[in-house]
Amino acid sequence: METYTAMRHFADSWGLVFMLAVFCGVILFTLRPGGKKAADEASQIPLKED
Amino acid sequence: MTWIKAGLAGLCKLGAALRKGCGLPWGRVATFAQRSVRYPWGNTTMKYAFETIAVGIGAFVALLGAAFAKDDLFEAHMWILFFVLLCATVLLLRRIQFSPVEGPSADAESGYFDEVVRYGTIATVFWGVVGFLVGVVVALQLAFPDLNIEPWFNFGRMRPLHTSAVVFAFGGNALIMTSFYVVQRTSRARLFGGDLAWFVFWGYQLFIVMAATGYLLGITQSREYAEPEWYVDLWLTAVWVAYLIVFLGTLLKRKEPHIYVANWFYLAFIVTIAMLHIVNNLAMPVSFLGSKSYSLFSGVQDALTQWWYGHNAVGFFLTAGFLGMMYYFIPKQAGRPVYSYRLSIIHFWSLIFLYIWAGPHHLHYTALPDWAQTLGMVFSIMLWMPSWGGMINGLMTLSGAWDKIRTDPIIRMMVIAVAFYGMSTFEGPMMSIKAVNSLSHYTDWTIGHVHSGALGWVGMITFGAIYYLTPKLWGRERLYSLRLVNWHFWLATLGIVVYAAVMWVAGIQQGLMWREYNDQGFLVYSFAESVAAMKPYYILRALGGLMYLTGGIIMAWNVTMTILGHQRNEAAIPGSLPALQPAE
Repeated sequence: METYTAMRHFADSWGLVFMLAVFCGVILFTLRPGGKKAADEASQIPLKED
Repeated sequence: MTWIKAGLAGLCKLGAALRKGCGLPWGRVATFAQRSVRYPWGNTTMKYAFETIAVGIGAFVALLGAAFAKDDLFEAHMWILFFVLLCATVLLLRRIQFSPVEGPSADAESGYFDEVVRYGTIATVFWGVVGFLVGVVVALQLAFPDLNIEPWFNFGRMRPLHTSAVVFAFGGNALIMTSFYVVQRTSRARLFGGDLAWFVFWGYQLFIVMAATGYLLGITQSREYAEPEWYVDLWLTAVWVAYLIVFLGTLLKRKEPHIYVANWFYLAFIVTIAMLHIVNNLAMPVSFLGSKSYSLFSGVQDALTQWWYGHNAVGFFLTAGFLGMMYYFIPKQAGRPVYSYRLSIIHFWSLIFLYIWAGPHHLHYTALPDWAQTLGMVFSIMLWMPSWGGMINGLMTLSGAWDKIRTDPIIRMMVIAVAFYGMSTFEGPMMSIKAVNSLSHYTDWTIGHVHSGALGWVGMITFGAIYYLTPKLWGRERLYSLRLVNWHFWLATLGIVVYAAVMWVAGIQQGLMWREYNDQGFLVYSFAESVAAMKPYYILRALGGLMYLTGGIIMAWNVTMTILGHQRNEAAIPGSLPALQPAE
């Protein structure tokens, strides 16, 4: 039970903060200035090949 | 196991009548030695020497398993495995060419490993029709209980046969074959691992056969969508690791610097399913030569583990994998890039971060702690955003080419798939709200919801991909018939509408009957009365399923004729050809 309690505390404190930070980081990186050009190029990948 | 011996004797007689003699496989080896002189590719059979020996040893091990089995079911299952592997050995020895393509393989020109994708396409169509057929049978069994043929074909055994056939056999083959196709095209690299892709394909078919025969025999660990017992689970784990190696290896040797988003979804599907499968199936076999095992979890932990698996099988198998399909095949069929690539990436990360927490909504009002139920509900509702973002992204890919919905039945199929993705991902979170769930839980509303997602989203996007792929893979100018695609579209769409609408009514009626009290505090209806009230709905549901099955059979016919190189002489779909201007 001690392990459970410890993991539970970690999960709903720092674990949660970590997941949220990573998620926000990923979204901000996707929407970074200049990201649109790279994204438009990537969207053409399927159409390059038959 | 007298029935097996009788069956074996019968098979031998049949074989004898067909081929003179029952001396498998040695007689075949001798025949092959004579034949190999006549065939120019005779020498290449040596290439599969290792595989042939391995399958032969596998057959022998299965025989040992049958001989030393601790229980009758394991013995019967090992006999089945033995015969399957024996047939595989014989086929490998004969090296029968199933490919209808004659002359040099198209693979040699493109540099891609497409033969396994061709096999996968055929397997997808085949298992699709089988799975839909079993679905119609179980629907009829519910409407007419006399159709339960005990013990092998009663509802309890046929139901997992249906779910596994459509989810894992049809959906799984569709995912494996399209992922192999898409990862090669978007990485501009041949599949990694050479014949390992063949192991993935055939190993997966063996898993399907073992799972299906096990259900009918009565071998089950009773975990929803994970019914196969421990030894079949171990085999699937091996196949899945090989699948991951093939997919990841191809990504690693890609010539395209960026990994296209469809591959993100496919990779998330492969990795997550591996994790879910292993954790959910942690179990201790009673005997290593027996079919029974016990879960390592117990009580509510076991229930939560099962629905953590079960819901993420929906989220990562039936959603993420098929979104990979959407992000490749819709742009290809429409001939234009995805509406917003950045939205597709946000779609991906939101789905990954949210989906894994939604499972507890299957356990509302149970022994699961309230905070966990609420967590499941909240994350389910948050899933509205990525789901609808993805739906809008898929639909808007057609912006500027909306006329294609009118003129191209394949695009129409893909669009209805995305529309159903949107509808069922709206319905699901709504049903996860505890107040709504108190009415909908355990009723046929849930069944209707699952089928609007499975038939509408998963089925339709797969049909679209199959119709796109078949002419390309077999080097045909076009499909056998676009008008038959149109028939398939309407039969399937109307079938789903009948199915889902009937289940809504049935489910809400069930829920209301179960909760109705009279003024003295007694329940108004007995459970059996609510069952009897379902009969007309169950018959109509079977009708909807029958329409969907008919569409599937039409697809099988269309795909077969395309593979055989026929083109139906038919008028073009109105509007699909540019209108000619009258001369002035």
